[in-house]
Amino acid sequence: MSQPVEVDAVVIGGGIVGASAALFLALSGKRVALLERDFFGSHSSGVNYGGVRRQGRPLSQLPLSRRAHEIWGDLRAFIGTDGEYMRSGHLKLARSDKDMAALVAYEEASRGFGMELQLLDHARLRARFPWAGDVAVGASLCADDGHANPRLVSPAFAVAARRAGAQTFEQAHVSEVSHDGQTFLVRTASGLSFRAPWLLNCAGAWAAQLAQQFGEPVPMRAGHPAMLVTEPLPMFMDVSTGVEGGGIYARQVARGNCVLGGGQGFALDPATARPGQAAILEILRNAVELYPPLAGAQAIRTWSGTEGYLPDREPVLGASSTQPGLLHGFGFAGSGFQIGPAAGEALAQRVCVGASNIDLTPFSITRFQTHLQSQPHTSSPAIVVPSGTDNVIPLFRGRSNP
Amino acid sequence: MTAPPRQAMSTVIVGAGPAGIRAAQTLLAHGLRPCLLDESLRGGGQVYRRQPEHFKRSAKALYGFEAGKAESVHATLDQLQSEIDYRPETLVWNAETRTLDTLHNGRAAQVPFKHLIVATGATDRILPVPGWTLPGVYSLGAAQIALKFQGCAIGERVVFAGSGPLLYLVAYQYAKAGATVAAVLDSSPFSAQTRALPALLGQPSTLAKGLYYRAWLTAHGVPVHQGVHLHEIQGERRVSGVSWQQGQQRKNLACDAVAFAHALRSETQLADLLGCEFAWSALNRAWLPTRDAAGRSSVEGVYLAGDGAGIMGADAAEVAGELAALTLLGDIGYRIDRARSIELQRQLEAIQRFRQGLETAFPFPEDWAAKAPDSLTVCRCEEVSAGDIRQTVADGHWEINRVKAMCRVGMGRCQGRMCGVAATEIVAQASGRDIASVGRLRGQAPIKPLPFGVEADQ
Ligand SMILES: Cc1cc2nc3c(=O)[nH]c(=O)nc-3n(C[C@H](O)[C@H](O)[C@H](O)COP(=O)(O)OP(=O)(O)OC[C@H]3O[C@@H](n4cnc5c(N)ncnc54)[C@H](O)[C@@H]3O)c2cc1C
Ligand SMILES: Cc1cc2nc3c(=O)[nH]c(=O)nc-3n(C[C@H](O)[C@H](O)[C@H](O)COP(=O)(O)OP(=O)(O)OC[C@H]3O[C@@H](n4cnc5c(N)ncnc54)[C@H](O)[C@@H]3O)c2cc1C
Repeated sequence: MSQPVEVDAVVIGGGIVGASAALFLALSGKRVALLERDFFGSHSSGVNYGGVRRQGRPLSQLPLSRRAHEIWGDLRAFIGTDGEYMRSGHLKLARSDKDMAALVAYEEASRGFGMELQLLDHARLRARFPWAGDVAVGASLCADDGHANPRLVSPAFAVAARRAGAQTFEQAHVSEVSHDGQTFLVRTASGLSFRAPWLLNCAGAWAAQLAQQFGEPVPMRAGHPAMLVTEPLPMFMDVSTGVEGGGIYARQVARGNCVLGGGQGFALDPATARPGQAAILEILRNAVELYPPLAGAQAIRTWSGTEGYLPDREPVLGASSTQPGLLHGFGFAGSGFQIGPAAGEALAQRVCVGASNIDLTPFSITRFQTHLQSQPHTSSPAIVVPSGTDNVIPLFRGRSNP
Repeated sequence: MTAPPRQAMSTVIVGAGPAGIRAAQTLLAHGLRPCLLDESLRGGGQVYRRQPEHFKRSAKALYGFEAGKAESVHATLDQLQSEIDYRPETLVWNAETRTLDTLHNGRAAQVPFKHLIVATGATDRILPVPGWTLPGVYSLGAAQIALKFQGCAIGERVVFAGSGPLLYLVAYQYAKAGATVAAVLDSSPFSAQTRALPALLGQPSTLAKGLYYRAWLTAHGVPVHQGVHLHEIQGERRVSGVSWQQGQQRKNLACDAVAFAHALRSETQLADLLGCEFAWSALNRAWLPTRDAAGRSSVEGVYLAGDGAGIMGADAAEVAGELAALTLLGDIGYRIDRARSIELQRQLEAIQRFRQGLETAFPFPEDWAAKAPDSLTVCRCEEVSAGDIRQTVADGHWEINRVKAMCRVGMGRCQGRMCGVAATEIVAQASGRDIASVGRLRGQAPIKPLPFGVEADQ
């Protein structure tokens, strides 16, 4: 086997988190290798709903989200494309007075983070967004939130990292990681090997395995948000929308197609998922009362993805507590597209200057150590297989006769 | 009508073409009452598509030489109808762990199954040419459907272009029905047909029919040109003519409609959603669900029959339908006639050899992609041109789903059923990769569009 390539940092996972970490590391002059098992941004980061919103996030995430908002505002400078990013506004609808009260409370609590939420009562909602269904009693608008095309944005982060000097590899499944007390040795199934003092675990829903290997097990589960898109429709909606308390969310792209999400799909295998019949029918039946112009429209395609969720729905972001040089950035619970670039930047800062500008304490991996017994640290090589998901529902794939 | 017993629900057939109908008949003959689902109004499938109930043209007029077979398939379905759970106008739009999702009259329902025969058939294989989105341009199959189903022609002066046996058949049917066939433009050279002769002699009657259509067209003054590259379909607001290249010569011809296709492609989305394993078929130049000689897919309890798992034509579809049903019955413990099953396999092998001959006679125009200009619209739904696809390849992408993600080709209403073949050809040409290595578009529900506000059982 050939000599390992020496770099300052290896990033496992070419989603938006890993790719932006690689980008910011390269921009700081670090030698970095970005390793992606599949294609860049082909998992959660490339198949998500495309909501680029701060509104509705837990307060703990708002500092990161605010920084991400700045990066998004300068997207073309960072990645060379606008990826159909639009600051269209994000409208969160309330279906009951109780839900409206929750929006009011959120508006108060989140002041100071620059979101400038506007609360709309029923009359103002009707006047401004006449398409909204009558089930909506009011709403909260974040005028500067928006949406983008994840299929274009996320791979572009990896392309930008390459342009900035990172070595980037697709079809490079990291199959073996070890640490000799000085540096990490990282090997891929495709025969590449790297040596680096820093290792960034940005493997999305598959990141738990590596954390476990270094004695930091996390109770991560895989989730599969169901998505659906319509044929192009006359433009009726210029904001991205969501509903307080969850349920259906929808946006309309410039071509006129409406993208909707809601409910959960299921895993076909550890790396692929489908939306599932129940979720699709739920969306088709329930969307019209919120978005009446959808009546009679046709859904042409559905899909899902594989996303990592921790029990508190906060990501793990920051340094390992057991292995110096190891950083984690995973488990974004269905909302990492918007904050992904800021998460990547924070990890890069940790490598370059020892700490990130934004306090990452709320996202420390140590928060699980009281719940789970930590395994003794071992530095022997272990296989990282993409099976860190624990709710995989296998599809029948047997053969009756060989 | 009495409801079929509960056990009937556990065996389901999708597709009431020749394959599905023969499968249903065979199951019933052994005492198993299947549920037969088909999205069209009246069974018969593509080749034996039936006219609306009040139309009164004779089978001879509609199906020509095939009238006897068509009548037999239709009669079989008519007899079966009261004995099985036949559900026309029922689209299967998704499959999930032993359940099919259906749509009928705006209502969604689920059909559980234990055993399933997938007989979803085929549609035209389209290789676009400049001007193909003009009004007045149809696929060969669509032109034939207009004639068979509605009794109308797509135009008064029609050009038939492309290749494959259907090209001559449909041209002949149009001419017989009284339309003016301005020309038949076949992309395959005459020499290919001579080369294919030995293999084609294996099915003398089918060969004879093909030769007959051809001779009839010539005898009736229809110009037939071979080795033709269709250059462009011309017209401002609708078709006014075609131009083509034959050797060094560029020629033009006025017409008001064009029907074109390069043979057929299998409808494989359902097999894909069911989790069937796919393999590259050089003969079909496509990824197809694998089946063993008896019709079993890679998924236990799922069987494949007819053109949906590889193009072999109507006769083979009937044979494969019966065979798959026998295999299914045997697998679940019914007594079956093994000798019959072996005989059917033998028949399929013979047709397969003939099919190879057809591929030699009507070879895929491998230079199509290289000749496609950048400005050519490949994906109508999303308005993606050959140049857009080539640019995506130049950006470093070569896997077809990835190319789709980047430039939207195949993302629209047809979900790549129309443009997928052409897009894959362009990607292979532009990337210099082997066509098989470009991959296949992953199937995604719904197989056909699904309306909002759909009502659902349960
Ligand atoms: C359907 C859906 C809708 C969503 N909607 C939104 C939304 O509207 N707004 C929002 O903000 N967020 C949304 N999200 C969440 C968001 O997409 C994710 O949080 C974010 O993309 C996570 O980025 P990531 O880089 O951590 O993960 P991923 O994009 O999953 O990237 C991880 C990568 O690691 C690779 N990998 C794994 N193991 C290995 C290995 N051993 N070797 C090499 N590579 C490996 C994987 O192949 C993968 O590409 C949604 C998610 C889904 C699934
Ligand atoms: C337009 C057209 C014309 C043709 N004409 C001829 C000809 O003249 N001579 C000849 O030899 N061959 C012809 N062929 C070739 C033809 O494919 C086969 O010869 C023959 O019809 C194959 O039979 P089958 O049973 O496999 O499929 P088909 O006859 O195609 O039947 C498949 C059936 O499945 C149904 N179906 C498919 N998907 C779904 C779904 N998701 N849900 C519910 N129902 C579904 C369709 O509605 C259809 O009725 C033609 C093909 C086409 C497309």
